[in-house]
Order: sequence, then C-alpha cells, then structure tokens
Amino acid sequence: MEGKEMKKIAMYWGAGCGGCDVSLLSLHEKILDLLEEAEIVFWPCAMDFKYEDLEKMKDGSIDIAFYNGAIRTEENEEIAKLLRKKSKILVAYGSCATEGCVIGLANLYSREEIFDTVYLKNETTKNEDGIIPSSNDLHLPEFLPHLKTLEQVVKVDAFIPGCPPPKPVLENALEALLQGKTEFGKSVALCDECPRKDSKPEKIEINKFYRWHEKEDNGDCFLAQGIICMGPATRAGCEAECISANIPCTGCMGAVPKVREQGISMLSALASILGDMDEEKEKEIIESLQDVVGTFYKYATAKLLPEGRLKDES
Amino acid sequence: MKVSIDPITRLEGHGKIDIFLDDKGNVDRAYMQVPELRGFEMFCVGRKAEDMPIITARICGVCPEAHHMAAAKALDMAFHAEPPEPAKKLRELLYNAYIFYDHCLHLYYLGGIDVLLGDVSKEQRNIVGLIKKFGVEIGKEVIKHRRYAMEIIKMLGGREIHPVSAIPGGVSKGLNEEERREVESKAKECIEFAKKSMEIFKKVFESKRWNELLGLDSLQTYYMGLVDSNNYVNYYDGDIRIVAPDGKEVAKIKPEKILNYIEEHVEKWSYVKFPYLKEIGWKGLVDGKESGVYRVGSLARLNVADGMNSKEAMKEFEEFRKEGIVHETFAYYHARLIEMLNAAERMHALALDDQITSDDLCTMPAEAGEGIGVVEAARGVLIHHYELDEKGLVKKANMIVATTNNNAAINMSVANAARKVIKGGNVNDILLNKIESAFRCYDPCLACASHALGSTPMIANIYWKGKLYKRLEKNV
Repeated sequence: MEGKEMKKIAMYWGAGCGGCDVSLLSLHEKILDLLEEAEIVFWPCAMDFKYEDLEKMKDGSIDIAFYNGAIRTEENEEIAKLLRKKSKILVAYGSCATEGCVIGLANLYSREEIFDTVYLKNETTKNEDGIIPSSNDLHLPEFLPHLKTLEQVVKVDAFIPGCPPPKPVLENALEALLQGKTEFGKSVALCDECPRKDSKPEKIEINKFYRWHEKEDNGDCFLAQGIICMGPATRAGCEAECISANIPCTGCMGAVPKVREQGISMLSALASILGDMDEEKEKEIIESLQDVVGTFYKYATAKLLPEGRLKDES
Repeated sequence: MKVSIDPITRLEGHGKIDIFLDDKGNVDRAYMQVPELRGFEMFCVGRKAEDMPIITARICGVCPEAHHMAAAKALDMAFHAEPPEPAKKLRELLYNAYIFYDHCLHLYYLGGIDVLLGDVSKEQRNIVGLIKKFGVEIGKEVIKHRRYAMEIIKMLGGREIHPVSAIPGGVSKGLNEEERREVESKAKECIEFAKKSMEIFKKVFESKRWNELLGLDSLQTYYMGLVDSNNYVNYYDGDIRIVAPDGKEVAKIKPEKILNYIEEHVEKWSYVKFPYLKEIGWKGLVDGKESGVYRVGSLARLNVADGMNSKEAMKEFEEFRKEGIVHETFAYYHARLIEMLNAAERMHALALDDQITSDDLCTMPAEAGEGIGVVEAARGVLIHHYELDEKGLVKKANMIVATTNNNAAINMSVANAARKVIKGGNVNDILLNKIESAFRCYDPCLACASHALGSTPMIANIYWKGKLYKRLEKNV
C-alpha cells in the first residue's frame, strides 16, 4: 500500500438484473483486499454518488470502469458514453454487457410488440384507455428499438464473461486489470473442467434429443444421455457449477475465445458426435431440437442480431 | 419547481424521484419513476418451460432465488408434478438462506445505512462508512455471515447467484450428511449474528432520531402475505392472507386464486404498473380503507400473520405486534430483523430434519398445462404465471413482482416524506437523502419491477413554476 497510488474504479449497471453488482460484493472478504488497492468513485447500487458527480470528473480520470447490463434505453446509452469519456479502461462486465444475455432475446420482437404485450394484452392489467407510458412533465428515457451490447455503442477494452462472472473468473480478471492487462481467462471449452468429462462420448446413437426434465439423470455426460449441454461450445472458467448441481450447461460464459458464434460451434459439435445418418432420422432428430434460438443463443442473441430481426418487416 | 434525484442509489435497479414544489416552495406532488423495462413477458414466449427457472432468475440478480422458485412452483403445477416432501424441504432450506442474505444485504449495505449512520454526508453513506463508524470487526462479521448463507445456496443450488437446482417436480441435487452438518453449523452461527444485528439496530430504535424517522411516513393500507396452516409467516409456501388497515382478515386464499383478487393500473409517467385490490378498486395514490392500495414485504408479512414458526423470532414478533397492526413505513426495518432471525432459525431446523438428506428428489413431469407459482420474495409477494402448449413450450407468461405490488405505496411514502422534509424551497443533500430513505424502507428492487422492459439507479428533479429548478443529484 505504501507509496502506491490507489486505482480509481467505477461500477455502473445498464439494463441488467443487478447480479453483476452482487457478484462484486460476493468476493466476500476479498472485497476488503480490493479496497486496499482501489477506491470506488461511482457505484449507484452501493454508494450515493449521482450522475452529476460523474459528469464533474475529469476525462480519463477513472482508471477502470466496469459497465454491467446491456443498453436498452437512451439513458443506458448516455451513461455508457459518459463512462467511456471518463475512463482509461472500460470493461464490459458480465454477459449482458458482453453479448446481451437472456434479455437480448427481446431482439426477436419489435418494441411495439413488447409494449402491447406488457401494457395492453396483459391479463391482470386494467387499461381501458390504452395508456402506453411515455413522457409528460416527468421525463422517461426512450426505450430503444432493440437491445445493444456495450461494444455496439462504445469502444470496449476488456470483457469479463459469465452471468454473472463466476468467482474464479472475476478474481482472475480483477488481478489482471489492476496490473493493466486487458486479456485474461481460459481459452478452452467447459468440457475441459467438467466433473462428467470421462463419460463424454465420441459418438452417440440416439433417435431424438431429450429435454432435461424428461429423463432421469444417470450421472453421465449429458450429451451421452441425449440431452443438450452447451459445454463443448462454452468458455471454461466457472468450474462447471451448474453441472455440479446436475443441470446441463446453458452457455452463460459465451463462446470459447476466437470462436465467433457459440450456436454454430455447438451445432457443429453435435453434428460431429451424431455422425452420419439417413435423411429421415436426421429430420427426426432436428425436429426434436425445440426452441433453437433459445437453446443455442440463450445469452448471445443481441450479439448475433444487433439490429433485431426487424429488417424484413420494415 | 421540480426537484429530481437521479439516479436514486443504494437499491437494486434504476429509479428516479421527481418532486414538484408549489409557489411557496413547499411540496405539491412527488413521484418515484422507474425508467426501465426489459420485456420478459414477451421473450419468454416460445422458450422451453424448464428454462423458465433459469431465464427468469435473470429478472433480478439480487433475488434470483425468488424468481427461480416462483417459476419452479408454477411448473410443478403446470406439469402436474407435486414435488416429494424432501424436495420441498430442500427448496425451503435454500429459500431461507436467501431471505437471510438478502435481508443482511439490505440492513448493512443498502437501506440500513440510513438507520445506522443517520444524517451524514454522501461520501460516508455506504458500507465503507459503516465500517469506519462501527469498526472493521463488524464489517467482517457482516461479510462472513452473508457468505455463509450464499455458500448454502451454492451447495444446494449449484451457484451463489442464479441457482439452477429447482426443476419442474422437485430439485436436481440433494444434501449428503457432510453437507448437512455444514449447513447446521453455519445456520447456528447465523442465528447468533441475527441476534447481534437485532441488538445493534435496537439501540437506534430506542433513540429520538428513530421517532423522527417513524414520523416521516405512515400509511393505512391493506397488507398481503403468505402464511402457513398456523397463520405464521412463511416465505416459500402457504396461503395468501389479506388484511384490512384495521387488521381484520379480508381474504385467505390458495395462491393460484390470487389473480382473481388483483388488477394493475397503468400511469403514463411510469413503466411500472400499479396493482390494487380489485374488489376495493383503484382510487389513486391514497391510503385508507376505501383505497385498493396494499403493501407487501416484511412489514406486511408480519401484519398479516399471527406469529413466526421459530422460537426466538416468535418472541420478537410478540413484542413488535403488541399494539396490533403497525403502519409506520420505517417499521419495515424492524420486521426485516425479525425475519432475518426467523430465516436463520428455520435453516437450522431444516438442517436437523430427518428427510433433508433423502434422495427422493423429484416427481417426473406429466402432461403440460397452466401453472401459477407464488413465493414471498424478500420484498414481498411474487407471482409467476405460465401457460404451456402440448410440447411444454411457453405460450403465455406473466410475472407480478414484489416491488410492483408496492409501487403505489412507495410513491405515497416518497411524497409524504418530501412534504415533511422540504419547506420553502430549501433543499440539500441530507434532506434529499431523507426522502430517498422513505423508499429504501421497502427495499425496492427496481430490477424486478422493470422486468417488463429494462433497469438502473434513481434521480430527482425539482420543478418550480413549470421549470426545472434543481436536479437532485443531491449537491444542490
């Protein structure tokens, strides 16, 4: 500590769930170590500094700014730009900021469809005048036509994957970032650290894929049981937490580095273990894959569809 | 003139307070807005039913366990798969660990700062300031016991945040004897920590400052919460009980009937809707017997119940309720402390339950239909409702979250506190924080409330004579 300059850090949430903020608090005792090296200058979840305080800071005066959550409203976008200006290193923290997370699935629909579902067609809502929230003398920030990742709005220097970043991933990332490094983390697939990896099959013989609640789990690799597990296409680092609780990986850590698309990478892994088959069987198996987007792009739809699916309709 | 606090801070999610002053600089109206929305009801459609406990946990990273369980319970019903008793107990154990850590978070990191530190400057109003005042040892105790509860959640649910083990018909993971012993010993320490927390806060409750805080806001509303067969507080399961402002029971119903009792009102200035009791009706932002506004959360749970299911918490309950129904908004803190103690005691009791290490964990799902799941999130009644198609894909999804249930009351409390605090256009950071402290009583989760569209912190603008007079970033 002596003579060492304290790093200034900031944490902000865009459209997200707050789990990223909780993950930082859930370093538990280690947060006290972090506070010996760094001073937190802005963190709305836990501290009372306001936007005005952030605006007053000098450009580039924050050493590391973490942005968690996606960009869903004009306010999210404004703060992302403001933080970019005020910071030396801007980090996309967690799945929403990095690739849109589950809320990116909203890009499959238009803004109007969302408003209709939430405010007009909703069963418990009594709204005979058809009011849709908008500004009057109280300003509401605009709900953007589609959800964006942080990188789709400003330049991003580093990415911490995960929903939220699992503890080992976060600890490793913070250590690297405090030393000024912007690349960190594992570059292999989750299967590498999976407790069930010994039963991972080269080839499987199945007639359909099972949903994981349809079959009793026998403790083997989920793929060997004909259940989709995103492990082969997902970046390692979480120590296979979900699989340790007997639930297949759903892919929240995103693609393995240098692989652009998690979904395509998973489909090719499946093709390889299924091997050759006749056309009819192939059709049957493909049909048993329900909700393809929600399964293979559960966390990455916004990255894949930055403009939504709306183009064909406009 | 309008004063804005933007963003409001030390809470989960985005929000903003706008206060309108009259010509004399006194408060005319005040609102808390949630400028976010994310559209879960829309994009859950077409997803696989078994993904709901995982996807909807992402409505909120502070109370993912609540959404995870509400979704799983709705799917138990939708798939006609009643979980075996041991599975229910494992879920309840995880759930009480969640109530414990969530209350701990609010009492020491978020709203509780207003109670423990009082009127200090904004640089000090946070956990670091708390450690400076109460000493690093207390800080470490807080961190350790919150960690214990989260470790129990990870043990049962796979992960500390966004657990995965609740599945249609039960749970995917049980407890072995070694794990059970660990839960037992951690729960025991959590009981002691909860008692200590009660002592720390009770010192404030005996002070003059506390009377001032209690005087900031009191609302004569209806209350709603889950109770067990003894009419004791239960977070995971039970019937929904609704009581009138005078404490009389107006309804006690099976959770799946709840949608017959409430409706949601839409206002142009808020993305978050305003639920109210259908039979009483929406009369605007007013309290009293004629207004359908109701409150949920710890205060409401203790007001609808006849007691607690554990010994020490029961003693505290009797003291808390000795004069009947409690309407002061700051009493939410006292209720939260009693529940924290209760959750720790309940964890301990469940760790000693004969069935807790059973491997009878799941009932296989049958044909898919419709399901409603209700739990008590830390901040109140949470409802998930799904309709599935024959393939078990989601056809329709609706969630009514705890903070939304409190939306009308929160707006009234903020306005009441503002009226008491702002006089003659005199506004400063400390006064504005007093106004914020009124909404913090509810431990609002605006991430949850904005699940429909999006989520972040709060702001306050002060408008006077039709113009923006001061923007409440508290440095006025």
